[in-house]
Amino acid sequence: MRNFRFSRKQLCIPYALFLVCFVVLPLAVIVYYAFTDGSGSFTLANLFNFFTNGNTIGTLCYSAVIAVAVTGVCLLVAYPVAYILARSGLKKAPVLLMLFILPMWINFTLRITALKEILNVIEGNLSLHPFMNTVIGMTYDYLPFMILPLYTTLLQLDESLLEAAQDLGAGSAAVFFRVTLPLSMPGIVSGITMTFLPAMTNYVILDMMYNSTYIMGSLIGSYFNIYDWNNGSMISLILFAVICIVSLVTGGEEQDDAKNRGAVL
Amino acid sequence: MTAEKKIKKRASGIRIGHTALCVLLSVAAAVILPCSFIPGGVSAVSAAEEESPEHTEKVTLRIANWEEYIDEGDWDEEEAIDLDDREGTVILGENSMIQDFEQWYLKTYGTEVEVEYSTFGTNEDLYNQLTLGNEFDLVCPSEYMFMKLIAEDRLQPLSEGFFDTGKEDNYYIRGVSDYIRNIFDTNTINGKAWGKYAAGYMWGTTGIVYNPEVISKEEASHWAILADPKYKGQVTIKDNVRDSYFAALGILNEDELTQPDFINSPDRLERIAELMNRTDEATVNTAESILKEMKENAYSFESDSGKADMVTGKVLANYQWSGDAVYTLDQAEIDDYYLAYAVPEECTNVWFDGWVMLKDGISGDAAKQQAAEAFINFMSRPDNVVRNMYYIGYTSVIAGGDSDIIYAYADWCYGAEEEEEDVIEYPVGFFFSGDNADEDYIITAAADQANRQLFAQYPPQDVLERAVVMQYFDQENNERINQMWVNVRCFDLTTLTLQDWALVGAGVVILAAVVMIFKKRDDIRGMFHIR
Repeated sequence: MRNFRFSRKQLCIPYALFLVCFVVLPLAVIVYYAFTDGSGSFTLANLFNFFTNGNTIGTLCYSAVIAVAVTGVCLLVAYPVAYILARSGLKKAPVLLMLFILPMWINFTLRITALKEILNVIEGNLSLHPFMNTVIGMTYDYLPFMILPLYTTLLQLDESLLEAAQDLGAGSAAVFFRVTLPLSMPGIVSGITMTFLPAMTNYVILDMMYNSTYIMGSLIGSYFNIYDWNNGSMISLILFAVICIVSLVTGGEEQDDAKNRGAVL
Repeated sequence: MTAEKKIKKRASGIRIGHTALCVLLSVAAAVILPCSFIPGGVSAVSAAEEESPEHTEKVTLRIANWEEYIDEGDWDEEEAIDLDDREGTVILGENSMIQDFEQWYLKTYGTEVEVEYSTFGTNEDLYNQLTLGNEFDLVCPSEYMFMKLIAEDRLQPLSEGFFDTGKEDNYYIRGVSDYIRNIFDTNTINGKAWGKYAAGYMWGTTGIVYNPEVISKEEASHWAILADPKYKGQVTIKDNVRDSYFAALGILNEDELTQPDFINSPDRLERIAELMNRTDEATVNTAESILKEMKENAYSFESDSGKADMVTGKVLANYQWSGDAVYTLDQAEIDDYYLAYAVPEECTNVWFDGWVMLKDGISGDAAKQQAAEAFINFMSRPDNVVRNMYYIGYTSVIAGGDSDIIYAYADWCYGAEEEEEDVIEYPVGFFFSGDNADEDYIITAAADQANRQLFAQYPPQDVLERAVVMQYFDQENNERINQMWVNVRCFDLTTLTLQDWALVGAGVVILAAVVMIFKKRDDIRGMFHIR
């Protein structure tokens, strides 16, 4: 009998296999389809198709506008909630936090269906405000993803820094804007990445809210539905590029802040 | 009492939300499958082939059908349908149709057959599965999809034995309605008749389900209702390009289609078919603008949710296939909510779902082909036809031939009770015997059935005189209407007014300013020597 000794390297093998099978290969397939035409020869036509068609560009803009609106509303709603839960020393804060997280345990299509019924009672006819309803639906769905990172960052915030600022004569507004807000930037950034990106693609909520205008996700789906994998893959890649750019911009911001603001303080 | 009978009709389970999921899944499949079957899939297939030389007795039959499109058995005793036919047949689905088929095949042909049954949600979903390498022997797509498959030479023709009316077990050819058979024989694609490859399963028309208390029958009988600003936010449209394009062409050609000259012309059907299958650029462009209007006006584009929205009263009219219309009407009736079904005066689409065998799947295996054809025949046996129709609510293409069971079932569903006073004589002979004047096939039904389920299941002669088939479009035309559909559904930047642009611009400038000020606030303060 030979003795098998597991080193760390061997423990990596399953993960490496997983990454190759479910991340690298699918991406390679998408890249292959994106840069070929129906017969399999290399082409850039799919790329030009996207950028020369006013409708597809329009969809990109529309998705971006929806995503910005959803992220903005989420941030505005989530920040005070997270702040109160983390900083105000409420005795029942964990319970309250649980209440905000609780809906995540229920499948989102069920939650959206329920929300739809409520909105239907309030608005009468859902189809008259498709944009607003989509934003409400997505905000409802993604709010926990914004609250959680904000809550954790605010909870870890060093109390002594705030006291130091107050000692040095800062008013409560100055403390918030010059100390608390910059220090909670990492939470804001991860909250934004967790809501902005899915909001650009989650067309199930859009469909359920009777919004008949495509966003990026539905556009990709529609191309795959008509067997046009080449254009569908290209749009997926473009979306991927947009997501990378957004992450780079917000990620850069984070580092920048950590350095500069830290130094200022 | 008819209401009570109808209520007993099986609710076909939860259907809502399938499509959205399917789309998601197919996208996921498109990404994951190609890589997963490079190593795994191919070897599995070749292993299966090695296993099936002639001496193995057992035949495996891989079938793909629509979701909720076959009797799954397990009926309660009191659900038994006591038909008033010659033999006094009682229909009861104890086991699923698949199990019954396996037993029947063993008994009849002495060979064991194992059915691998799977389902799909849309024709495109099925086609994608076939493209991805899923192998099936027998599938049941709609007519435009099996036309595509015929055109691509992917189908195995039905054998000659299948059309032999002398054989007892050939229930399909002995029972299929002449009306349907004629359509299957006269419609061709690349010179090949449908009937050579496809055996019908269910059929119907498309039309409008509406609430007769608000919308008059006259209004509901025109495609224009789908774009009528009077019902803004109160009608739903189909979320697929072919059906919606058809409706748009109906609106576009309304004047021509309703002219007395046109209606009375002897070649009316051919002319409608020509008009409604046009794909030239001018037509497609006009259809695009009509569809954009419809989009602004509609409650939603749907493929499943329309039924529920109609039953709950959220919408007043719903562009619907006749089978789902029957389901919607049945469901609403449970809550004493009475809806009606109308077929536009201009024209309608008559659609079919049909069984076709795939060349790749059958791959020359005679035993397999025999099992596949036997399955079609078993599904066409009159008592099984009734079971399926009862379970799913659609209309079978089988009229029954020598057997009167299927007519007896129609009469059981819709025949008026004796105490009913307001009745009509509703002829269905066109379907059962080929002659609408045939006195043997006249159902005495409650008067409102002329606008309701009976009308949806067995359309009267005048509807069939304006019902045309959607033709298969070749690659170029298909791409054109698909692109049009994407354009309709996408957000069109050109619809934004100058004012909108100004608003967006102002928003961006303000946002940028706020960020800049926030980031540079220390410098700004330094500039003004604040603190």
